[in-house]
Amino acid sequence: MALVASVPIRPAAAKPGQILAVSVIALFLAIFLVIPAGTIIYTAFTEKGTGALTIVNFIDFFNTDLFRRSFFNSVYVSGMSVVWASAIALPLAVLTTRFDFRGSLVIQTLGFVPLIMPPFVGAVAMQLLFGRNGTVNLLLNDWFGIRIPFMEGLNGVIFVQSLHYFPFILINLSTSLRNIDRSMEEAAQNLGSSGFRLFRRIVFPLAMPGYLAGASLVFVKVFDDLATPLLLNVKDMLAPQAYLRVTSVGLTDPMGYVISVILIAVSIFAMWLSAVAMRGKDYSTVQRGGGGLSRRKLSRGESAIAYGVVALILLLVLSPHIGLLLLSFATVWSFSPLPDAYTVAHYGRVFGESSLYIKNTLIYASLAGLIDVVIGGAIAYLVLRTKVVGRRWLDWAATAALAIPGVVLGIGYLRTFYGITLPDGTPLATLWVMVVLALAIRRLPYALRACYAALQQVSESLEEAAENLGATKQRTIRRIVLPLMTGGLLAGFVTSFSTAAVELSATLMLIQSNSDAPIAYGLYVFMQSPAGRGPGAALGVIAVIMVALCTLLSHYVIERRQKALGTAK
Amino acid sequence: MTVNINSAALAAGPAKAISISDVNLYYGALHVLKDINLEIRPGEFFAFLGPSGCGKTTLLRLIAGFNNARKGKVVIGGQDVLDMPPWKRDIGMVFQSYALWPHMTVAANVAFGLEERRLPRAEVDRRVQAALELVGLKHLADRRPSQLSGGQQQRVALARTIAIEPKVLLLDEPLSNLDAKMRVEVRRELRELQQRLQLTTIFVTHDQEEANTVCDRIAVFNEGSIQQVGTPMGLYEKPANLFVANFLGTANILDGKVAGSGAARSFEVVGGGSIPIPAGTDVPAGAKLVFRPQYATIGSLEPGAVALEGIIAHREFLGATVRYGVRIGAATVLIDAPFHSGDALLEPGAATTLGLKPSSAQWLAH
Repeated sequence: MALVASVPIRPAAAKPGQILAVSVIALFLAIFLVIPAGTIIYTAFTEKGTGALTIVNFIDFFNTDLFRRSFFNSVYVSGMSVVWASAIALPLAVLTTRFDFRGSLVIQTLGFVPLIMPPFVGAVAMQLLFGRNGTVNLLLNDWFGIRIPFMEGLNGVIFVQSLHYFPFILINLSTSLRNIDRSMEEAAQNLGSSGFRLFRRIVFPLAMPGYLAGASLVFVKVFDDLATPLLLNVKDMLAPQAYLRVTSVGLTDPMGYVISVILIAVSIFAMWLSAVAMRGKDYSTVQRGGGGLSRRKLSRGESAIAYGVVALILLLVLSPHIGLLLLSFATVWSFSPLPDAYTVAHYGRVFGESSLYIKNTLIYASLAGLIDVVIGGAIAYLVLRTKVVGRRWLDWAATAALAIPGVVLGIGYLRTFYGITLPDGTPLATLWVMVVLALAIRRLPYALRACYAALQQVSESLEEAAENLGATKQRTIRRIVLPLMTGGLLAGFVTSFSTAAVELSATLMLIQSNSDAPIAYGLYVFMQSPAGRGPGAALGVIAVIMVALCTLLSHYVIERRQKALGTAK
Repeated sequence: MTVNINSAALAAGPAKAISISDVNLYYGALHVLKDINLEIRPGEFFAFLGPSGCGKTTLLRLIAGFNNARKGKVVIGGQDVLDMPPWKRDIGMVFQSYALWPHMTVAANVAFGLEERRLPRAEVDRRVQAALELVGLKHLADRRPSQLSGGQQQRVALARTIAIEPKVLLLDEPLSNLDAKMRVEVRRELRELQQRLQLTTIFVTHDQEEANTVCDRIAVFNEGSIQQVGTPMGLYEKPANLFVANFLGTANILDGKVAGSGAARSFEVVGGGSIPIPAGTDVPAGAKLVFRPQYATIGSLEPGAVALEGIIAHREFLGATVRYGVRIGAATVLIDAPFHSGDALLEPGAATTLGLKPSSAQWLAH
């Protein structure tokens, strides 16, 4: 004791509690992220049977016609989805940020609606609306005698994905546009520039970083998506191939792992590319007290055109939802523009038989959200407020989950935990807890960002004031930091919850029995048979409403809290 | 930096006059600019001076075309510009934030305005070189704005503006983002450059020292209207009202009443003392006595000075001078006494006599 007492206390030295927290989180991330991902990479590079290190699996991959085609299809579909998503997002972003446009609020709200429903849910409805014998083509055929192959093969995937993921570009591009200081534009006008030339030379280049961030995100999401191509019966793409190899050929087949490694590599490459493109380009130029870009008033004619374009785009964007709603009430809907008759029987069936799905989803998504907020909050605190060794590694590892597609994580869990069994012989990998953990890991990077943002808003001097008045670190966290972070933590929870509630990729790999399945899985099962479409659609509508309600509720709670804190000042 | 002498490379035409008449501007119901009338002479370095929110920047932006007046006229070089969009006006403006585009190099920033005017490439290059040379930044042409210091960024913004050979130059608080030392340096350079280019220039600032040191004439703004226009010395010596007296330098203001009439008029200060009013001085009704801290002596009376009795309230030693706060009745006035080695300082609480020459005092009503 005397020895300890004689050592001067350094304020930066890590407390035992902090070291414990780092260790626990590190262990969690190692077991449920690093080891499964590592196992996949290791397996991809080892020879089947002998276990020797080799790249022969990759040579096999590129020598196989199907895999080569799948690879190029995946790149093509992702690239084209970015192009179409940009075509939708660009006019909406410009219209909402650069003009006095009454529809801006509608765009901002409805523009986010696609994100609360996974793309594969809408895929079947899109088939009925835009497919070969869907509403639009039937009408086009009647009127003009033509059909447009919206949904044929890869087109269908591109169509559904770009409608689903364009908000990522819209959000990022709009933020970038809003962060451009008015003086940037005025300086150009002062020097003689105006109109489209000014947009091309000044405004768009300044918004480029935001656009690229959104575009790379769309590329990665589409590249990794498993369920949409599967439901549209497109099998020659990478993610479906990985799934099919593992489920049909088996866990020992190296090709599933090779594809997984390629998926990870492409994810990392796309993120790296956008990071490089954005390096040193923090163009956020808004000055203190200064405003964003000036907004121009639209003339009557321009206004009419703008409303027309927006209405068309929104109709397109909402078509999966409209289709799904129609389908959920339809008795029979086939070879006709609209359903033959309407019924509520599907909802009855879903509530009768499938309430288990809903219950499972609520449990899984809540647990995943909870894990994310606890771990994300702890990492944020350790990184921003302490100097404990290893905190940067935790941040890095948690963020690295971004690069691991759901299919890959699922395969990794199967490979890692299938061999480990409980006393009664059930493999660890088949427990429903695994689904929860996979969902938590997948959503952790987003929850972590929310926690960072929440903690950064709490000024350090507020904590110092508490400590100065005699509160210990733990008590300061409990009485000052946590209450002030609540809004941000809640936001993190809701993001994790609502996206976990509708995620399918990892779930599809890990769910072994129907009784453990969440909504997304149930939807997938229903949607595969024509008879299941009605109930499937009803389940989809319920999922959308559930997620939308949670999001609304959290907005309401956060806003009320902020108001309360604001008036308390 | 030394301003390069070779400025013939950027030769604008003869300097233009700016004439502003009856300009009014409203933001909704808020009357932001009230009946602005102003004549700025060709080649003049002119300052808009006033506290924040007084309308000086609003008027500058109106001249550049970023605000629209409901009525009035802004004539530059004989041409009414009020109905022109900003990009047609040929008015150079340097923004407070500099507004350098981060995605372009220094040279590309400077070339922008010239390219927008569709000048031939060779001419663009020549003028970019000339403008950068003028501000001494030729060697940094390929850098990005983010790699430059604040002072350098400011010069790039200036080069970008003068490269287009504007009719007039507008500077919106050009020194506010620089540290104190740079500020002194840059304002001298600005003055030199302006003299060399003979460019009519408007300089917006809230700092009276900046306006005094670089500008030929100053318009003092408050609450959306011009209070007074004059040379730095004229404004200091003969402020038109209490606001100008207070805003330019320190002013002591004492309440009182006029007594007597004709040649025997005097001003009876509330709290004691009587100042004879010099013949021919106009003293409006309700006027207050105004004088600068260095115009009164403390402890001794110069010939022709009148005495005011007071008590030392506080004291600040400033080196060359000692600033005393002296209580006269309910008011406290500031007196600057020169300090010489060995002088004894007066202690707070001591009674003292102030000496004030009536000729260095003024009477202002509002």
